[in-house]
Amino acid sequence: MTYFTRQRVRRVYKWRGEPLSFNRKLKTYEYSSLAISVEGLARATIITTGQHILIEGEDDDNPYVARVVRLFGDESGKQKKAVVQWFVRVSEVPPFKLKLLGRKPHPQEIFYYQGRSCDDEVDAESILRPVQVKRLVGAAPFPDSDDKDTLYVKLSWDSKTFKVMESEPSLASSPPACPKPSLPPSPPCSPPAAALASRAPPRHVLPTPDPAVMRRATSGEVRCNGATMSTGKAGAMEAESLHSATKLSASKCLSSKRRNASARTPGVRKKLELCSPEKMTRDDMLLQLLDKELEKEAMLVQRPPSSPLHTLDLVERLTPIRRAHRAPVAKDAVPVTPSTLVINKLSASEMDSPPSSARDDSTRATTPSQKTEVKALKEPALGVLAEVDDENSPVLPAAITPRGSKRKSAQLVSSRIRKQLNLLDTQDLSSDGDDEDEFLPSKKEQQSSSEEEEAGLDSEEEVVMKRGRHTAAGSHTPRSKRKTRSSMRTPRKTPSKKTTPSTPRTPRHATPSIPSRSLPARQPANVLEEARERLHVSSVPESLPCREQEFQDIYSFVESRIIDGTGGCMYISGVPGTGKTATVHEVMRCLQRAADEDEIPPFHFIEINGMKMTDPHQAYVQVLQKLTGQKATADHAAALLEKRFDNPAPRKETTVLLVDELDLLWTRKQNVMYNLFDWPTRRHARLVVLTIANTMDLPERIMINRVASRLGLTRMSFQPYSFKQLQQIIMSRLNKAKAFEEDALQLVSRKVAALSGDARRCLDICRRATEICEHSATGLVGMSHVMEALNEMFSSSYIMAIKCASVQEQLFLRAVIAEFRRLGLEEATFQQVFVQHQALCRVEGLKPISVSEGLAVCQRLGACRLLLLEPSHLGVMQRIRLNVSQDDVLYALKAD
Amino acid sequence: MSKRKVKNDHMPVGECITQVQKILRERLCHQQLPQKLVGVEAQHKHLLELLKRTAIHGESNSVLIVGPRGAGKTMLLKCVLRDLLEEKEVQKNLLQVYLNGLLQTDDRIALKEITRQLHLENVVGDRVFGSFAENLAFLLDALKKGDRSSSCPVLFILDEFDLFAHHKNQTLLYNLFDVSQSAQAPIAVVGLTCRLDVLELLEKRVKSRFSHRQIHLLSSLTFSQYLDQVQAQLSLAHDFPDTKFAEDWNAGIKTLCEDKSVEEVLQKHFNSSKDFRSKHMLLMLCLSRVSVANPAIKPADVLEASRLCLADAKANMLHGLSILELCLIIAMKHLNDIYEGEPFNLQMVHNEFKKFLQRKSNSMYNYDQPVVMKAFEHLQQLELIRPVDGSLAKTQREYQLMRLMLDHSQIMESLQKYPQCPTDVKQWAMSAFG
Repeated sequence: MTYFTRQRVRRVYKWRGEPLSFNRKLKTYEYSSLAISVEGLARATIITTGQHILIEGEDDDNPYVARVVRLFGDESGKQKKAVVQWFVRVSEVPPFKLKLLGRKPHPQEIFYYQGRSCDDEVDAESILRPVQVKRLVGAAPFPDSDDKDTLYVKLSWDSKTFKVMESEPSLASSPPACPKPSLPPSPPCSPPAAALASRAPPRHVLPTPDPAVMRRATSGEVRCNGATMSTGKAGAMEAESLHSATKLSASKCLSSKRRNASARTPGVRKKLELCSPEKMTRDDMLLQLLDKELEKEAMLVQRPPSSPLHTLDLVERLTPIRRAHRAPVAKDAVPVTPSTLVINKLSASEMDSPPSSARDDSTRATTPSQKTEVKALKEPALGVLAEVDDENSPVLPAAITPRGSKRKSAQLVSSRIRKQLNLLDTQDLSSDGDDEDEFLPSKKEQQSSSEEEEAGLDSEEEVVMKRGRHTAAGSHTPRSKRKTRSSMRTPRKTPSKKTTPSTPRTPRHATPSIPSRSLPARQPANVLEEARERLHVSSVPESLPCREQEFQDIYSFVESRIIDGTGGCMYISGVPGTGKTATVHEVMRCLQRAADEDEIPPFHFIEINGMKMTDPHQAYVQVLQKLTGQKATADHAAALLEKRFDNPAPRKETTVLLVDELDLLWTRKQNVMYNLFDWPTRRHARLVVLTIANTMDLPERIMINRVASRLGLTRMSFQPYSFKQLQQIIMSRLNKAKAFEEDALQLVSRKVAALSGDARRCLDICRRATEICEHSATGLVGMSHVMEALNEMFSSSYIMAIKCASVQEQLFLRAVIAEFRRLGLEEATFQQVFVQHQALCRVEGLKPISVSEGLAVCQRLGACRLLLLEPSHLGVMQRIRLNVSQDDVLYALKAD
Repeated sequence: MSKRKVKNDHMPVGECITQVQKILRERLCHQQLPQKLVGVEAQHKHLLELLKRTAIHGESNSVLIVGPRGAGKTMLLKCVLRDLLEEKEVQKNLLQVYLNGLLQTDDRIALKEITRQLHLENVVGDRVFGSFAENLAFLLDALKKGDRSSSCPVLFILDEFDLFAHHKNQTLLYNLFDVSQSAQAPIAVVGLTCRLDVLELLEKRVKSRFSHRQIHLLSSLTFSQYLDQVQAQLSLAHDFPDTKFAEDWNAGIKTLCEDKSVEEVLQKHFNSSKDFRSKHMLLMLCLSRVSVANPAIKPADVLEASRLCLADAKANMLHGLSILELCLIIAMKHLNDIYEGEPFNLQMVHNEFKKFLQRKSNSMYNYDQPVVMKAFEHLQQLELIRPVDGSLAKTQREYQLMRLMLDHSQIMESLQKYPQCPTDVKQWAMSAFG
């Protein structure tokens, strides 16, 4: 189930009762139960050992499921830990593994987890609430209930196969013998219906205790809802129906106030469910109910009705409460945005498909019945939204909007937001990846949208409230997000544009790209062109020859770290063009494949490059963004990463971080490097850092001791390629395309190996040789072509430049040498050289040039860097040096 | 033949002259591209094919065009682009980004300029262009998203390429070359520079990513080719409205180029530099002397223009000095002779001057110290003398050490031309020792 809220309230965790036992060795106290209370609310939820719980995870909609095995804390009571037995949800099992199941998984199904790679100790503060888990034996069918909060376990999963769960003691003996005096939340494994029937009435303390509510709650109509929620919901439904006509202003004020107060922390919704129903205002329940129905609606809309994943009858049951439709849509619009944005950021590519369907949906949703309304609100709506944007301060919503005057605009806003919401939450769901089928506009959708109009007057209240929420929830989001939304709206401004889904929509997270070419790129036509394409450095070869040993070393290093769930650092050095980055990428590709085939646990690979950032501290920002999609300033990102790698978050994947061009991350205090190498040493970090730089002794040269020590001694150095290796590399790239003569290849590789051993250079020369060969119109690239290419690339141009210089320039160079010889130094002033120059002119029979001209000649030679000069404002006093050897100059001048 | 045609054939001379000046100025000042490049066909072909492959096949490339100033690097590139864009297939497919090291003095400015020229800021809408880091990430993302076959190739032209190598960490160059060597959006990086040692400026990893293609533009022009160029540049085309005038003009130019004295002048220019800019300068000066009264370029015009071109700036400045200042300069020259270029101060110069007054002068008389000081300061303002680097500003001005920034030949030359220079001063200047 999806909760769109991201609000969070502060929860307080307390041990209940005296510790059961004390472990002297570890200095821990063991407890039998834990009380979770929400700040500001008196009621507390009790977690006892043996109970099934939901644990906060990365996905707020699908929290982790586990069973508490043990609860313990330290003496000070600061640290609260829980040892748990994990369960995995269907969505956590890799999709291709689900096939092993041999049937369609039940959406509420979970699997008893027997894999290794999970830490079974979690922070107690990450516990959300208890949950009901039912065990089904053998071939027993899943109960055909519409409940969303009961989970079923049938099989176990050890990250490879599904097994029938053996007699698992925990589930059998799940009602633990823990004291529960007058505390309503029951151990979840008692028969739900009975438990509810017996327990519901006392728990059910609503603001307006209503016999009808009680009756409904007890009748078991909603029995399937989670322990506390069920009553809340039932009550809400009832309350809603009872109070539909009345204005809920008082309770609204209250609730909005509270919401504002707690707006900073996502998860308020869950908290509200967690906490006791007594404190729930009607509003909250209403919201819950509405949200819930909305989700259903969205799912319904998105999936073909036959989809087994979601039960439909609940929707049917809820529909009678008509008013529920419009408000939730609008209300949810706000909380949804952040999450959608995150998702989009994470998967820009994935995003490409959903939005179009989402847009389709929203445009189709505004079918004829809505047309008039849409037209009417085109202009004013903008203004209204802008107004909403301005209300950043948490003001009581009732105060901001004088009832009468805002009536119309409120309607507009509600419908506007509702439309966006449709778009957003379908997008949200579809990007969850369940299925991305084409979307069928359901009747429900249209119905609700047409209802929008009729119910406009009543909806005013909700709209007002929603505004309050909007501002509260949105206050921590960057302003540009709203801009985004307003720009999202623009394509739909005119009816004609409504149907063009290709208009650029959400610029914030859409990575801009170079416009695509109008004509397709031409494919290589002959063997030389093909060879050239293969020889381009950018083309990724099928394999990396000549780096097998290095590949193996890195592979085993990373693999072992991933399997063990530990961290580590590795330093890779080598001169440019020796395949360091390419090898690491290859390793990662192989490991990714292995992870996909489930030979090793899944991991996360991210890459940063010291050259691709403007400042060493940007490393934090980039790592954080690639890890979580968040954007933050460098300092904030560092703090977040620190927290992430330090916290024992459950079920964390190993992260492999490649840091290219490490030397550029050097700062005076070296804190960036320090952190990068310190994180892997943390117990819970599970971070493998691979660093690449050019110099072999970088750790000794630039790192202070504490950094070098953390980097460790796992080092590897890539030697420059030998000529045989270079030859092999070219051969493997060419892949039997016969374009080169044997000798030509050997010449290239020997030449490059002698100079640098840089594979890039080698490939570039070969590429150039094919070009030269193309001109000469012979079939194969021969020695002569390669020689020409080598000459072009390696020969110094100084001699040629001297040969091509003008007469006076040549004379001047000669004068420089003459003066150097006279002085016995390698430096002379212009004045001195000029005297020699004049003399030489006379010898050569040329008219002596003026000083200005002489200076101009000198400057020209200086611009080419044949001479090295002092700044020109020194005039005749500037000192001159040669940038070429005297022999070269004499050789070049003699050959004339 | 219509009347109009007749009229067209014989435009008034004044109009013809205006036309000629307009056409030729366009050639010489606006750097109008020649129809066909002479002497650099091979380079033209190499560059054209390289860019064509980028545009058509989507192959990434990087190349440097190296040549001394005024060798026609930009002209070559422009000609290549002109030829390249004639092809339809290329026209629609090539984006161009021009950067100049003198304008984009650091990577932040360069990145903004690139984003602007690629029109990417339209994509982001009104998003505030934030930090440098964001810009870089943004651009790299944009380039990374592209791939060889589908994105539009981008041509990056980096004028004054060597200046980009001085940017911090060479971030821009690294990233451009890295994109050109990886499977991202196809780009061609063309750098223009006059430094022959430009590759040594690149950091080793930047250098490794550069393809090491260099196109050298070293003109091996001979004098006869130079003469032909001059003649071609001054000649009028056949489509000149007044054919009669054009024929006359062209004939005049031809005889001009065959004239011995003109040839000598041009030879001197050619010896001095092969830079086309200095040639254009000379021709412009000739052209500006053409008027109705003087409807053709005469050898005397060329000589005069050459004299202007080759005139010595410092010697010209000496003409404007007072006799006292000139005398001080001469005294300094003698000091230089005596002390072999050691620096001097005002007091020494004044003493030298006084010696001259006592011994030889009959036309000059002594000046007060403040007057001499004023003259000395004027010389310093004209930068004819410079304080020695190490000399402290604290020293009294009379004793501040100075150096003469003139060559002896310049002094003697300007003395010859100085109007009404007293003979005893001249003799003093020419005498071996004060």
